[in-house]
Amino acid sequence: MKFVTEFRDADLARAVAANIAEIAAPGRHYKIMEVCGGHTHTIYRHGIKDLLPENVELVHGPGCPVCVLPMGRVDDGIAIAQRSDVIFTCFGDMLRVPGSKGTLLEIKALGADVRMVYSPLDALRLARENPDRDVVFYAIGFETTAPSTALTLQRAKREGLHNFYVFCNHVTIVPPVRALLDSPDLRLDAFIGPGHVSTVIGCRPYEFMSADYGKPVVVAGFEPLDLMQAILMLMRQLAEGRCTVECQYNRVVPWEGNQAALRSISEVFELRPYFEWRGLGFIAQSALRLSHAYADFDAEIRFDVEGVRVADPKACQCGEVLKGVLKPWECKVFGTTCTPEHPLGALMVSSEGACAAYHNFGRKTFAVTGAMR
Amino acid sequence: MIEQQIQRRPPTFTTPRIDMSHGAGGQASHKLIEGLLVPALTNSALRAMGDAAIMPFAGARLAMTTDAFVVRPLVFPGGSIGDLAVNGTINDLAVSGARPLGLSAALIIEEGLETQVLREQMDAMAAAAAQAGVSIVTGDTKVVERGKGDGLYIVTTGIGMIDDGVFLSADSVRPGDKILCSGTIGDHGVAIMIARGNLDLEALVLSDTQPLTPHAAALKRSAGSSLRFMRDPTRGGVGTVLNELARDCGCGIAIEEKNLPVREVVQGACEILGLDPLYVANEGKLIAVVGPEKADEALDALRSVPGGEDASIIGDAREEPTGRVLLHTQFGGTRLVDMLVGDPLPRIC
Amino acid sequence: MCLAIPGRIVELLDADLQLAKAEVGGVRRNINIGLVGDEANPIAVGDWVLIHVGFALSKIDEVEADLTLRALGQIGKAYEDEIADLRQSQIT
Repeated sequence: MKFVTEFRDADLARAVAANIAEIAAPGRHYKIMEVCGGHTHTIYRHGIKDLLPENVELVHGPGCPVCVLPMGRVDDGIAIAQRSDVIFTCFGDMLRVPGSKGTLLEIKALGADVRMVYSPLDALRLARENPDRDVVFYAIGFETTAPSTALTLQRAKREGLHNFYVFCNHVTIVPPVRALLDSPDLRLDAFIGPGHVSTVIGCRPYEFMSADYGKPVVVAGFEPLDLMQAILMLMRQLAEGRCTVECQYNRVVPWEGNQAALRSISEVFELRPYFEWRGLGFIAQSALRLSHAYADFDAEIRFDVEGVRVADPKACQCGEVLKGVLKPWECKVFGTTCTPEHPLGALMVSSEGACAAYHNFGRKTFAVTGAMR
Repeated sequence: MIEQQIQRRPPTFTTPRIDMSHGAGGQASHKLIEGLLVPALTNSALRAMGDAAIMPFAGARLAMTTDAFVVRPLVFPGGSIGDLAVNGTINDLAVSGARPLGLSAALIIEEGLETQVLREQMDAMAAAAAQAGVSIVTGDTKVVERGKGDGLYIVTTGIGMIDDGVFLSADSVRPGDKILCSGTIGDHGVAIMIARGNLDLEALVLSDTQPLTPHAAALKRSAGSSLRFMRDPTRGGVGTVLNELARDCGCGIAIEEKNLPVREVVQGACEILGLDPLYVANEGKLIAVVGPEKADEALDALRSVPGGEDASIIGDAREEPTGRVLLHTQFGGTRLVDMLVGDPLPRIC
Repeated sequence: MCLAIPGRIVELLDADLQLAKAEVGGVRRNINIGLVGDEANPIAVGDWVLIHVGFALSKIDEVEADLTLRALGQIGKAYEDEIADLRQSQIT
């Protein structure tokens, strides 16, 4: 497959790995955070850690839009889905995320009309085809996905639909990264920037990370060679004493971002004054809601969403894993009470979540890794 | 840094209601079967939990298997529910090393089903049975009210006789044995997903439904007593079968990503949806474990059977890691292939 | 957030609805191209785009892709050269 297979070449991988190993100063331990959950997934799926030297450590960041939703928001979505007049649509990622009393999949078993869609446009089509039911789309995702929701709402408005609603849980990437950089228990050397968010917002928004916090950033693509090259670029910056934002994913990311996408976001959405993030607490201006012009499509207004705050289960350490303070296997309930089958927290459900990725792909002893080579 | 070994507890089934994940063939299904169904019916033939039950009978070994067929839509590119109903049960007998003697079919028909559809499915079943060289000798019919069934459900039961000298079991698998896959994976599951229509994908993907009797026979002939074990990876895919095998034989299993046969179009559909072909259903493929001394011969024999041209040696059994399946990625790293939790769900993240 | 896949535009369907048909490894799907291309450089059949939840997010720059692969290849070549040198320098 073009633009995919070439970036999975094992020979090139070995070469890049050798370069990384050469640059890594012996005796120094490097901690590089990949912000985006999609990168976490790639790292585990292709076994990238096996190619890195022992002293280059990858720390998983909070860029999983499913994982960072607090339980209360999940409950709010489930409450809407349980209404008999509603067709509730969502991406596959959300179906197994636990709320305080169950998941969307479980309430579907009880009779709720919950349908998985691949695109918000599919939800719009359902609204057209079912004029006597309310169709609600559960919008999640960072800036990568927000423009798609925005264009869908613009179309809904143009068509004059009266039965289409969006339950908006879009979040933005810069505020949580800033919160991480400000947190005292974090010691990171560099960042791998989110490739697909950057196709929308460009690379400028990350300049504060190197300018104000002294951390190099390289925006990376999602094929394994993209990540390897980005790590090499970061190691070179660190070795040469440079500190700046670079882009490895040039084939797709425009430095200034996608103007059409940014325009659509500013027309349809506005920033919430604050939003609660799992594990990170309340962060100002970090999430989107529908603007006044689109109030007629806002599920939170139409369905009078309660907005209850629900604390994570006591045993849940999702917050610390999200911040990269704990590794998945260091969480007290990892693999015992909290498994992909019975997840306590969202990090174990979402395929991007560090815990799910590690549980599904990464659990193997060192003895075994030796045997595979 | 020592990573924790995860303890596996014996399963208990405490979920108050059954949901869709319990039918997906992964961990939830296993918990239901091992935690509720088997304990309720307990007997040694059932506890072995092979694709078919093996019962001693008049100095020989009888194999018996049953399967319920629930699929939407009823007709899809490459086949229909009638084909699945016959081939699926034939295949459970074939991978158990048995020659099929006869099939039964019970139909649960939804009120309102067009007679023409029923007629077509009966023809499909008759044709599939003829191709497999077996007869449907008895059956039953029930009709349920509109809204209580997806048009048509079919339950088939098959009885076969296991040839003398054929002893297949996960227990006999040992480190060094080779793991063969008879052809491309993920075809059926992707064909069904596309045929359902709600993902708006257009692609020519045909279900791979076919009887595996000739493939199993080719393996028995070429590998002889080196043939250790066979299973057909239906719901839950190859990933699930390999995990079951690893758990049951107590070895580790290592597979090479570059040796997994996957059609480009199936890979494309899986990339778009964020699915792993290892967990997508098949209806005409088998996984076989063969001693290393006969593996190449067995592979050649499989490849010479129509429907087995893409057969490949995908990996082998090892000492470590006990009970786990590892994948050596095309990229040069390794990762775990875990048991599927519920239905494989498309993702956007 | 992150699952986006390269696809090739094989047909332009509806300019008003901004719909096109894209192909990924043999699988075709209708996608919205409202976020890519403009009057000066409209999207055309044969263009490659990055597809996420049924929308094209960005046009793939084939020249940049090539440059990236070449850069990686250079690393590869340097690596191969070094291994070759190492072999040659071994005392027989």
